Amino acid sequence: MTLIEKYPQEVKQILARYPQDQKRSAVMPLLYLAQRENGFVHRRDMKDIGAMLDITETDVASLVGFYSLYHDEPAGRLRIQVCTDLSCALRGADDFLAALCESLGVEPGGTTPDGLVTVEPVMCLAACDKAPLFQVQTGAGLEYHERMTIEKTLEWIESRKEAAS
Amino acid sequence: MNFSRSMVLVSSDPESVRRGADEIYALFEKEIAARDMEGEISISRLTDTGRPDAAPIVVIYPEAVVYGPVNAENVKEIVEEHLYKGRVAEHLLAPTRELSGRIGWLKTRKGTLPAEKRIVLRRAGRIDPENIEEYIAEDGYQALAKALTGMKATEVIDVLKESGLQGRGGAGFPTGLKWSFVAGTQSEKKYVVCNADESEPGTFKDRVILEGDPLAIIEAMTIAGYAVGADEGFVYVRGEYKLAQNRLENAVKQAREYGLLGKNIMDTAFSFDIHIHSGAGAYICGEETALLESIEGKRGEPRSRPPYPTTEGLWGKPTLVNNVETLANVPPILLNGGQWYRQFGTPSSPGTKVYTILGNVNFTGLIEVPMGITLREVVNIYGQGMKDGATFKLAQTGGSSGSVIPASLQDTPMDFESFRKAGVSLGSGALLICDENTCVVDLALVLQKFFKFESCGKCTPCRVGTGRIHEILTGIVEGRGTLKDMENLDYLVDSLTRISNCGLGQTASVPINDVLKYFRPELEAHIKLGVCPCGVCPMSAPVKEPAAVA
Repeated sequence: MTLIEKYPQEVKQILARYPQDQKRSAVMPLLYLAQRENGFVHRRDMKDIGAMLDITETDVASLVGFYSLYHDEPAGRLRIQVCTDLSCALRGADDFLAALCESLGVEPGGTTPDGLVTVEPVMCLAACDKAPLFQVQTGAGLEYHERMTIEKTLEWIESRKEAAS
Repeated sequence: MNFSRSMVLVSSDPESVRRGADEIYALFEKEIAARDMEGEISISRLTDTGRPDAAPIVVIYPEAVVYGPVNAENVKEIVEEHLYKGRVAEHLLAPTRELSGRIGWLKTRKGTLPAEKRIVLRRAGRIDPENIEEYIAEDGYQALAKALTGMKATEVIDVLKESGLQGRGGAGFPTGLKWSFVAGTQSEKKYVVCNADESEPGTFKDRVILEGDPLAIIEAMTIAGYAVGADEGFVYVRGEYKLAQNRLENAVKQAREYGLLGKNIMDTAFSFDIHIHSGAGAYICGEETALLESIEGKRGEPRSRPPYPTTEGLWGKPTLVNNVETLANVPPILLNGGQWYRQFGTPSSPGTKVYTILGNVNFTGLIEVPMGITLREVVNIYGQGMKDGATFKLAQTGGSSGSVIPASLQDTPMDFESFRKAGVSLGSGALLICDENTCVVDLALVLQKFFKFESCGKCTPCRVGTGRIHEILTGIVEGRGTLKDMENLDYLVDSLTRISNCGLGQTASVPINDVLKYFRPELEAHIKLGVCPCGVCPMSAPVKEPAAVA
């Protein structure tokens, strides 16, 4: 199913936002749309978007590569992104990330064998006074989890596991 | 914190606490409450007075009167005489002759109350940000009405010029002047763009404004559209700011329903509409030309300038790009006039500034204060002192690309001009406070990791330079540093600053340059002695054992 078949209303609205002769500008919102369901942009959607906007598939792929909120491969169902910038590091974010990876048995950037959790370090999440913190990308948007401890995080992962099963 | 007519600061260093400062603090609260003055007088703790002999010290603003040593019996009298009747209790004053050193700074601010002043954040947290009626009830859209019904476009710009408002994104460019550039360019189509791609680590002031008062930005952009002759605007919001995006979308929708966006706003000939464009996680897009590229659906790589966006911006049309906080200042200035705005802050940098306080202090969070307060005030009053009684070592202002301010500059007034004169920059408003246990080399390494990742890769000095600096610093913290590294760092800093294409590369060198300038001995200790003076860096190079004696 192509993007326009799946989300006809949204695609129309997005295209209407930009000038007629500047269709290419719609590429970023369309990529978000393509990513909504599975958390990553599928190859065929890139092709699809390129065709809709008169740009090449390579152009679309280069944007997916440039912007760090677009992903071209699937990750765990919970993508936990921990901020490790300076102000968070001062509040123990590095130790938090290391301990979280250790308790889940993954490397930073890795996914647990059951495919549930991916843990990755990211740049500033703009809640520096509430570190250690992480955000989780979900279909509906972003969730922030602030002032975290390992215990609280593991508890939360458990609860999501139960909710999913 | 409320608007306060007076502010009471009670010292809380260990010596003061030993002599009963906590009890004095509690008594002040009680006595002030007993006279129903809680709303007018705020009480805070003050640390690091440097005067154990006069402890506990009590300082009262705006008179900057210093009492000390204060004991429990004096509190009632101070409240009665000073706060209630407005007379200084002379016999309780700290001996002035001995007042010197660290407490001396308090005297220099006599007559000014470094208390919070909320202009930009006046509605945030007080109104429902999703309800336009609450916004309108709190002066919302009055500034636009004033502009559309009674002012010419040039008059709007004149008021901004008179106010002396400077861009709050970091560079401090005069806002009125920028508006006049766009207004003065002939074109059938012009755009207004709000730069809400706040990605500087440590800065989250714009997020609070967008989430707490989104309509203020919508109104300000509409006013800007009227002043410069644009009929369309974009808000470029960081991809991570989903809540802010939702609130902006909602604000735009409601404004359209009320006829405050769209065709013939307020039944005038003026039409204006706004779209929200989400970024997708690229620090570089905070650079205005990279941001425009990004709206155009391209990789966020900065353009060569000139031409500047004011003449050739979005899709080649003249474009006004303003930061969120800058725009939030516009409606109140228009309503109250340029001279009103000048009563806050310093003559060269009028108005207030929103800061985020972070790091090794007791309070971290957000404040809005007049321009020109000092770092020492921020640490002692708003940060409520250094954590665990540690000593202030340095502050980084303005996020990753900001200056590293050593303790010797902590009494420099924080405004664009004074900081420029001191050879440092104010940046976007993050104040990261570090104590004596922070190793500057480690700090520089963490920062450089960020730039290495975020460099967009378009121009060579930045792409290669940020990577090389990171490599050299990694070597130094691992104990492999050589004196040649110092030379190389100097060289890299110089080339990054001078030949990078955009602000990212030019400012990536700022913190490392300051470290080389103010903390060279600490860097050299890592290299020459093989030790990290703070005990932070691993320094794992094998130590040369003295030759065994046979």
